[in-house]
Amino acid sequence: MMELPSTITARDGVAMDTNARGRFGDLVFGMLARLAGWFILLVMVGIVIVLVRGGWQAFSAFGPGFITSTAWNPISNHFGAATSIFGTLVTTLIALVFAVPLAFGVAFWLVEMASPALARFIETAVQLLAAVPSIIFGMWGFFIVVPFMAHYIEPVVTHYLGHVPGIGQLFRGAPYGTGLLSGGLILAIMITPFICSVMTDVFVSIPAVLKESAFGLGATRWEVMRQVVLPWSRQAVMGGIMLGTGRALGETMAVTFVIGNSNRMGWSLFAPGNTIASLIALEFPESSAGSLKLSALLALGAILMIISFITLACSRIFLQRGTSS
Amino acid sequence: MMSASQSQPTDAGGWQRGGAQAVRRRLVERSVSLLCAMATAVVLFLLFSILWTLVTRGAGGLSLPTFLHSTAAPGTGGGLANAIIGSCEQTGLAALIGTPVGMMAGIYLSEFSQDGRIVSLVRFVSDMLLSVPSILVGLFIYLIIVEPAGHFSGMAGTLALAVLFIPIVVRTTEDMLRLVPRAMREAAYALGAPGWRVILNVCLRSARGGIMTGILLALARISGETAPLLFTSLGNLNWSTNLNAPMASLPVTIYQYAGSAYDDWVQMAWTGALLITVAVLATNILARWWLTRNGSAQQ
Repeated sequence: MMELPSTITARDGVAMDTNARGRFGDLVFGMLARLAGWFILLVMVGIVIVLVRGGWQAFSAFGPGFITSTAWNPISNHFGAATSIFGTLVTTLIALVFAVPLAFGVAFWLVEMASPALARFIETAVQLLAAVPSIIFGMWGFFIVVPFMAHYIEPVVTHYLGHVPGIGQLFRGAPYGTGLLSGGLILAIMITPFICSVMTDVFVSIPAVLKESAFGLGATRWEVMRQVVLPWSRQAVMGGIMLGTGRALGETMAVTFVIGNSNRMGWSLFAPGNTIASLIALEFPESSAGSLKLSALLALGAILMIISFITLACSRIFLQRGTSS
Repeated sequence: MMSASQSQPTDAGGWQRGGAQAVRRRLVERSVSLLCAMATAVVLFLLFSILWTLVTRGAGGLSLPTFLHSTAAPGTGGGLANAIIGSCEQTGLAALIGTPVGMMAGIYLSEFSQDGRIVSLVRFVSDMLLSVPSILVGLFIYLIIVEPAGHFSGMAGTLALAVLFIPIVVRTTEDMLRLVPRAMREAAYALGAPGWRVILNVCLRSARGGIMTGILLALARISGETAPLLFTSLGNLNWSTNLNAPMASLPVTIYQYAGSAYDDWVQMAWTGALLITVAVLATNILARWWLTRNGSAQQ
């Protein structure tokens, strides 16, 4: 730190000289920085325009019915988005149902209960889980989770919940192991670290005096969490959950391995299905350039983009508001 | 009268009710703690299950031929050499392209706030790009590069990875530059240094540890990406370092092999998965170690 100023004077020499060179340098540097910034805007605008234009053929061929149609027939050239949108939303919902409590539990434990050394170890483990490539989750899911689901979880769940009126039909069907439930579970494991690290950051950043005054009144850790920390950090926590949702919506490789890849829509969570991303990954190599099928896939991509942009924008707004308050 | 009759029962059983409530509160506290500890145990168990599976199934294929031979037909004893070199080439080039662009954009966000609204717009868009589904980036590069060129290429894969790489570097560069104390900038300006020298020689220099961490993390992230490479570099069964031709990569090879019906291909997929996970996790640990070492050195 101390040596820096002397380096600069030594290199720049006379002040007069610095001014002329400096102004030119500032001009070039400023231009480069602005170019880089604008390049990012350009990429984003490019992605939007290119995907919408690529999907236009399908949008104009099927009209608004594209979104509500469940067809996916490459032979008769009938394509619809309903099944894969349904699969995307259902798997994401399942993922959230499992990931949010899990992430909350880990974050709560890390912030309030763990010893510093143990907390550092667990935090590293959580970050490593977040870093594992999605294809690894896919392989692990396909070879470990799917057989486990098929042999142990699904038959048992069907046995106990399959005849409950109302929710029973969610848990019926052949226990293949692959399906919406398995896809959702893998997604849950993948997004838990993201939600957890946002929650940990938020819980740590709450002013100590708020927690201390609640503890001083005799509140337990859970009461402090529920009545002080959570109300205070509600928005940022929502932002973290939305961030996880965004990840789950667009996740491709892990889901492709375990979801069973079938264009079906039904009540059973055990039945194979597909998501927008898995459908694109599977069908894209089999569609020729310029075909209606390719255009339908690009239209699906555009729909996925819109869904995830809305989610991510919400997440940004929540996080900004949550951390500024 | 009303208040008296209402307070009567509480007064009568006051200590008892308090006692029951205290027991209930303690019970809730205990069970929440237990549930949280269980949640942590579950997450740890999942991580170790993944690592254990990779080591037990992948270690069997770790031999010299795996690193020396290219992928081959099932039963003929191929390796992963072309996939490893393809992954290294595409990831490395993507980092070379992405680092300067990402750093300049990060500098723009942190140092050019006089540009006003457009800076916040770029920040917002960069954050969106950070979490855009990677498969969409693959489609984008396919449409603007692969389709016009008429063939898949390593260059297209590189560019798709670069698009994923840039926003991570933007974010860390901006965050790290914001941590540079104002006094340091002012001292440099007071000595007559022009703005760009202040940023390059003072700010970037003091933030380089953090930025390096960001670059390493970005590298780890893109080296495991599969979806964007499916439509851009496609994969190649032979040894190829030509950027203008389809190029193999570890993740895509794993994807193709894992779903196959041949035992030796599945074995290769596990070995590749082990290699890539070890590389990614080691890079992550290195990056975090670097950050803590650098952070403590600054204080």
